[in-house]
Amino acid sequence: MRFSLRFVIQTILLAVRQIRAHKLRSFLTTLGIMIGVASVSTVIAALTGLKEQVLSEFESFGASKIFIFPDQPDQAGQNRFPWREIKLKERELAGLVENCPSFEQFTPNTDFRSTVIHGRKEVPNINVVGIWPSWHDIENRPVVMGRPFVEADEIDAKPVAIVNDDAIAELELPSDPVGSIIMVKGRRFLIVGVIETNRTGMMSFQPEQTEIWVPFSTARRMQSPWSFFFVTGQVKSPELVDEATAEVRYVMRSMRQLGPDDPDTFRVEAIDQYIEQFGKLATGITAIAAGIVAISLLVGGIGIMNIMLVSVSERTREIGLRKAVGATPAAIMLQFLLEAVVLSLLGGLIGLGLGQGLAFLLTIPEQGLQSASIPSWAVALAVAFSAGTGVIFGFFPAMKAARLDPIEALRHE
Amino acid sequence: MIIRVTNLRREFTVGVETIRALAGVDLSIEQGEMVAIMGSSGSGKSTLMNILGCLDQPTSGTYELDGKFVSGMDEKELAGVRNEKIGFVFQSFELLPRTSALANVELPLLYAKDPGDRRARAIRALDRVGLSDRMDHRPNQLSGGQKQRVAVARALLTDPALLLADEPTGNLDTKTTEEIMHLFADLHAEGRTVVVVTHEPEIAQWCTRVVRLRDGLIESDKAVEPRR
Repeated sequence: MRFSLRFVIQTILLAVRQIRAHKLRSFLTTLGIMIGVASVSTVIAALTGLKEQVLSEFESFGASKIFIFPDQPDQAGQNRFPWREIKLKERELAGLVENCPSFEQFTPNTDFRSTVIHGRKEVPNINVVGIWPSWHDIENRPVVMGRPFVEADEIDAKPVAIVNDDAIAELELPSDPVGSIIMVKGRRFLIVGVIETNRTGMMSFQPEQTEIWVPFSTARRMQSPWSFFFVTGQVKSPELVDEATAEVRYVMRSMRQLGPDDPDTFRVEAIDQYIEQFGKLATGITAIAAGIVAISLLVGGIGIMNIMLVSVSERTREIGLRKAVGATPAAIMLQFLLEAVVLSLLGGLIGLGLGQGLAFLLTIPEQGLQSASIPSWAVALAVAFSAGTGVIFGFFPAMKAARLDPIEALRHE
Repeated sequence: MIIRVTNLRREFTVGVETIRALAGVDLSIEQGEMVAIMGSSGSGKSTLMNILGCLDQPTSGTYELDGKFVSGMDEKELAGVRNEKIGFVFQSFELLPRTSALANVELPLLYAKDPGDRRARAIRALDRVGLSDRMDHRPNQLSGGQKQRVAVARALLTDPALLLADEPTGNLDTKTTEEIMHLFADLHAEGRTVVVVTHEPEIAQWCTRVVRLRDGLIESDKAVEPRR
């Protein structure tokens, strides 16, 4: 059956008129689809925004970073390894630096909490982080004032510190604090540099943002003996991540003299593993959202089928008349099918609008997402699926209308 | 010859029973005739009208309309014949609600192969029935007589070979009945072929020929002097 474009346009206009003639009924009918599409598109928009944000954070983190943590193996069972064997040691760190050619550089990370005093201002429980000079480079956090840590600070375990803006504010330091003295765990520290506060937020979940850095060797001397550290390594290029991971495992296992059947007593993680994990999570949530939209379209579609059946039965005489003046069964079929499609498409489009509105609300507060908009694939999918719902659930009523006998239809009360 | 029907039979099966609505009808209607088809209920006049209107197909026999053999056509072809060759006028007008008189008249052209300027043609048809000042009125704003005029305009729209009116004045009062029958008489005078199905002798008076059906057969077929 072929219809001219003119006929199809006329029929669409007819459908629009019919829907406008029953505004409330049409609205209620399509509400299911509207709500379904709105909620799911909001979730997808939020998820997309979140994903972008997290990925960009990972990106700024550096895609070529590898972390080495002390770790009790999962399958250890009864033969648990003592902590002193699991803990990373300075000589292992030296071994990594020596024997892993895929790496540009490493830095250990360790921290402890301490009351920090500046003059008469005393701030308890500040996180003090011990690092190597290479940390500035690996984490991309250069100093904005003063100088970064240098090799000599590390070798001599100098009592020097670098602070961030938040620490300046909290400790009431002068706006150029370089040269000021602070007390950490009762020891005098000279502030040598200032680093900008990292405000990207998402990955650093700690609410406090006051940070003080000291040389790693200095930090180790001030820590309790059972404290530990982890290592961040920067791989020469992102393609070398797998090779670098293998190198770390080999070097660590041979230094720890693990047998072939022994599990790793440490954990090596690359950033791309996190990205992958997050990607899986996002895909999972998207799949659940898709499931919800499928259910809501099913429910909405049944609503549309119901109202279309009512419409066919109400307009039986009209159908009879249209047939009498020359409408073919296919023309009647198209009329009702298009009406169902326009109805559900309208629901889908309003739903998308609502969804975008809700997604926009998510970006308003400062703590919210930086951006949340429905991706174009989701828009296309929502439009296609709601139109499809109209076709599928409009088919049976349209068929019923097309098959009506004009004589019977014109006699219908 | 507009209509030529030979040995037309139509049977309906209800359960196990077979009802013979038309038992062999032969009828020819010439161009420009105005024919009343009469008969009591159950005489088969509705069945005959449905077949003449291409809404139904005979069980056997042939039907030739304006040179085309209609019997044996499929549903789609019949729809095309109804669109091009037949103008229906129904007892209860059958106008689409919430739709202007003009749009109602335009309706058949939506399904036409070659609709031309739909609006202009619909305006002309409304003009012909004297309602060009009511084009934008909706059915609920029109009187019964006006509604039927709109319906006649719709029937005239595609310039059909046959105007087929089924009890066209059944829902109208005496005065309006006169008006509508005058309109049909005028259309007949212009050379149109009109078939009116009715059970009222007052309506049959307006026709040039009266065909009476009884038990599915033609009981009488007489030329008469029409009232004018």
